[in-house]
Amino acid sequence: MKVKRSIEEINEKIKTGKAVVLTAEEVIGVVKDKGLEQTAASVDVVTTGTFGPMCSSGVFLNLGHPRPRMKLGEAFLNSVPAYAGLAAVDLYLGATAIPPTDPANRNYPGDFIYGGGHVIEDLVAGKEIRLEASSYGTDCYPLKRIETRFRLSEINEATLYNPRNAYQNYNVAVNSGEKTIYTYMGILKPGMGNANYSSAGQLSPLFNDPLLKTIGIGTRIFLGGGIGYVAWHGTQHNPSAARDEKGIPKGPAATLALTGDLKQMKPRWLRGLSFLGYGATLQVGVGIPIPILNEEIMGCCAVSDEEIFAPVVDYQSAYPFRESGNLGLVSYADLKSGSVTVQGKKIPTASLSSYAGAREIAANLKEWIEAGRFTLSVPAAPLPSVDAGISLNALPQRDPEKQEDK
Amino acid sequence: MIKQKVVLRFPPHIVEQPTIYHLIKDFDLMVNILRADINPKKEGRLMMELSGSETNYQRAVEWLKEQGLQIMNLEQQIIWRSDLCTHCGACTVICPTEALMFERPGMTVRFAEEKCIVCELCLRACPARAMETLVENANSR
Repeated sequence: MKVKRSIEEINEKIKTGKAVVLTAEEVIGVVKDKGLEQTAASVDVVTTGTFGPMCSSGVFLNLGHPRPRMKLGEAFLNSVPAYAGLAAVDLYLGATAIPPTDPANRNYPGDFIYGGGHVIEDLVAGKEIRLEASSYGTDCYPLKRIETRFRLSEINEATLYNPRNAYQNYNVAVNSGEKTIYTYMGILKPGMGNANYSSAGQLSPLFNDPLLKTIGIGTRIFLGGGIGYVAWHGTQHNPSAARDEKGIPKGPAATLALTGDLKQMKPRWLRGLSFLGYGATLQVGVGIPIPILNEEIMGCCAVSDEEIFAPVVDYQSAYPFRESGNLGLVSYADLKSGSVTVQGKKIPTASLSSYAGAREIAANLKEWIEAGRFTLSVPAAPLPSVDAGISLNALPQRDPEKQEDK
Repeated sequence: MIKQKVVLRFPPHIVEQPTIYHLIKDFDLMVNILRADINPKKEGRLMMELSGSETNYQRAVEWLKEQGLQIMNLEQQIIWRSDLCTHCGACTVICPTEALMFERPGMTVRFAEEKCIVCELCLRACPARAMETLVENANSR
């Protein structure tokens, strides 16, 4: 390979304002015009972005100690339960948590108008949050009940920690049944009335580094409008999923665990969502810079929607009952055109992930780098990739009365 | 000639009156009813397209007001909060009239008020709840 540069060299150029940065969308045309080698020689960083619903998200909070002290047992933030099985005033609030008083799907399809994701958005927006907590009381933590209000700026820490974000590819959801169904992939009309997808495709971070050659533990990223880091591989990380000859997965594959300081983030990029009949969640803005270390990495960043395919999955039966197989593959170019053809039928498409948002995130990250406000980090360790031998497990379901361990 | 989509709101005491009959018979208007409902408080709401001569239309509007009905242009019924919209596009396959649609290639959502028939399906289909209605009625929450 003729082009060879290091992250240190790129950072030097960023500091002197000389780094050449393009978004993953902009670079496609440049590579087509100028070729791989010339583009790799001139471009230092490609920025990516995605802004979709990501249920496996949440925030660790340390509220500070009340007087007298209290070891929070059950805790509610704006009526949404937070996990308190940690030290005295540490909590974890998950994006999909809903108040115990929410009728959920007893009033089908439920509205899920306010959940954990909405509390996170309100926290970031600087709004007052109502805390209600109870406890059993101890000699060191005598207080048994507290009701108060606080703002994000008044508590010690708020660390967004999302166990699974930025899925590398995802299903396209359809419904072959006779009734409308309400899913985390949106409202699916009967008789395959619509096909919903949820990836930014060519702008999505992990489509631009399909084999995880640059993204690793400690990679500095755009997270929720602030600066975050790749903490680990995400849950259900499945790099061994089937891939094409360029390494692009043909279905859900790699994932990332992301973390960052909530106090730096913006409500614009952390939005509470309500999915009719499914639940509450959080829309998370993520942008990852890809250092162009050589032509091979440049080639990965040149990927376009025409080359990326997603499996069409029937959410009427195949998904909920874990039946294997899919209804074929469709390209993101077709998905974004407004309709796809599945089994001979033309179906209108809709997205759950905001492509306009993804584009804006990639542009924001580009601006940060060009302005010298954001430098690239060298990963502390690589993420498990295709050679790690990872396979996904299903939950064992055996007779709970027959204990194998004696 | 005038052609206008309107919303009529009927207070409970006149919800049972044959208002539409009078619009046709006395004012020579063409009426195309888009949707009608009555809420638990017995207030009626009727969405329709009216067409006819300018004079007749204005006389009919005056007459409706005299009867105690509220009349509003339909375009004002559903509000797209562009400040809340994340431009995901989930609404675009739910909207039956393509009033909500994707503008390509920018992939931003656009709301064409004139195509809206106030079916209100978008209110709950929008994950960010960026679609709002001014009026409370039997079908929205």
